[in-house]
Amino acid sequence: MNAPPPTPARTGSPLWELTMARMRLFFREPGAVFWTFGFPLLLSVALGIAFRNQAVPPSLVAVVSPGLQRSLAADARLRARLLAEPEAREALRTGKVDLVVLEGPPISYLFDPARPESRLARAVADAALHPPGPPATIDRPVTEPGSRYIDFLVPGLLGMQLMSAGMWGIGYVVVEMRTKKLLKRLVATPMSRGQFLWSFVVMRAVFLLLELPVLLGFAWLVFRVGIKGSVPLLTGISLLGALAFAGIGLLVASRARNTQTVSGLINLVMLPMFVGSGVFFSTARFPDGVQPLLRVLPLTALNDALRAVMIDGAGLGAIGGQVALLAATAALTFFAALRLFRWK
Amino acid sequence: MTAALRCQKLVKKYGPLTAVDGLDLEVRQGECFGLLGPNGAGKTTTVEILEGLNEPTGGSVEVLGMRWADDERALRQRLGISLQETHLPDRLTVEENLRMFRSFYERGRPVDEVLEIVALKDKRKSWVEKLSGGQKQRLAVACALVSDPELLFLDEPTTGLDPQSRRQLWEVVLTFKAQGRTVLLTTHYMDEAERLCDRVAVVDKGKVIALGTPRELIASLGGEQVVELATAQPTRAEDWADLPSVRGARRSGEGVAVTVDQLHVALPAILSRAEPLGLTSLSTHQATLEDVFVQLTGRHLRE
Repeated sequence: MNAPPPTPARTGSPLWELTMARMRLFFREPGAVFWTFGFPLLLSVALGIAFRNQAVPPSLVAVVSPGLQRSLAADARLRARLLAEPEAREALRTGKVDLVVLEGPPISYLFDPARPESRLARAVADAALHPPGPPATIDRPVTEPGSRYIDFLVPGLLGMQLMSAGMWGIGYVVVEMRTKKLLKRLVATPMSRGQFLWSFVVMRAVFLLLELPVLLGFAWLVFRVGIKGSVPLLTGISLLGALAFAGIGLLVASRARNTQTVSGLINLVMLPMFVGSGVFFSTARFPDGVQPLLRVLPLTALNDALRAVMIDGAGLGAIGGQVALLAATAALTFFAALRLFRWK
Repeated sequence: MTAALRCQKLVKKYGPLTAVDGLDLEVRQGECFGLLGPNGAGKTTTVEILEGLNEPTGGSVEVLGMRWADDERALRQRLGISLQETHLPDRLTVEENLRMFRSFYERGRPVDEVLEIVALKDKRKSWVEKLSGGQKQRLAVACALVSDPELLFLDEPTTGLDPQSRRQLWEVVLTFKAQGRTVLLTTHYMDEAERLCDRVAVVDKGKVIALGTPRELIASLGGEQVVELATAQPTRAEDWADLPSVRGARRSGEGVAVTVDQLHVALPAILSRAEPLGLTSLSTHQATLEDVFVQLTGRHLRE
């Protein structure tokens, strides 16, 4: 037969087929699914338990006379043990007690000023031995949602998650396609290169809509971490964050010839942000000199914006700077990747 | 007949290394053209330049009357390409892979039809990682066929396959050619070239060293039969060239290969001359492209 067979229109659009291929490959790789969905949950549980708000344990004090023991035992914040002086000193030295109180006059406190528990025990014991007059202040312990460590942590984990999923899920996968010569094979077709790169961005956007409810729903159910601000705004910021890190992922993958190189690049890009972008602790802990540097890290912008909306209920106006930085990162990295990309 | 593909004075250098060294080719429309040569002869580099995947250092390339620099988009729509190694995504099914490739082309064949051609219909739902080597290779060719190409490039399509898988792939190529389409394939299997190719260019060290139909090339040896023999005492090729019906002689391994026109005339003479030297082995075979290659280069294709 010489006549060519009928040639109907194409089956699906290339972007659709490319994106579907990305999704299928992701869900058929159990490891990838775990790192994207399971790992952030485990991390939030582990850290939530480690840093849970708990009653302050009583300070442990060694005393050398029954009279002192009686005076101190009256205070519930203290637990006083009666020991001979050498044993008491030994107990302090080995950290079994936080403070030793010796009979006076004057009464002396043996303690290690470098240990916070020791300083605390000293203050409490001192207050117990010299009762003040009518209280001029009252204590109101804070345990309200919004101010706990877990409230600080969850937006940070979300930001970190958007970063790792974008960097590994795109950067690594693209370079693997290059080493396996699949990129070369695709370039041998009329496939649009822009659409190929765009399919990764679309994939990240779609996954975000799955990742977001999983992590936030879990945080609400287990820790009662709420969202004070607007959910659509939070979704929008997350989307922008996902796009920014999709762009960075494409950029680190654009030239790398093998997966070792790209793994190194990914770690090089991510590590400063893990530490300096306020995932696990506030960026305020860094000296003022480096603050401007931390401000321009995309993850800092993302975390700040997520926290502003989740914890403070901020509106778009309050986070305009961060939103602009993320949008610019997304656009610039995508087009830079498209220009620099090594296809063959 | 117009040329489907033409390249002139093609040169590709990698630093001090010259992979392609002034290579001329013309592939006619509707023929299956083979580049035959050993590994490292420059076949893949040549084909990748022709496929527009590699830039030549010098020379000109024209594919379907177009040039890569001017008409890449249009050209890609009309070609089918199977690379030497294509690692398709392991965890996509046969059908999903084909659909993806199909989506890149404006026109082409339905996926079902292509599955039928490459005999992978019952594997359509299998992940690529579950396929055998032959099935993977047929899928790679299928990805090249979904565009319903006018010109099909196959770079070593059967390397590493078992005999049955090779024959299955040959069927696919012959069916495609029977529709009047053009094929350019590279191979280092002479039987593959003889079976599939209308014309063959023998390539060595980046140059075409012989060109013609397989029959013409074999005929250039001057005889249809080859006698290979080895003797206990040392012997030179020249010692055998003067015997009746012998058309040529050359060293081959430890012994001598003699090209012969009429076996029944030459063999008695060869035997009587070999007797005093202590004949240790003797075999005869129909002359092949391998013999042509050895004649031209003194080396074997698979070395």
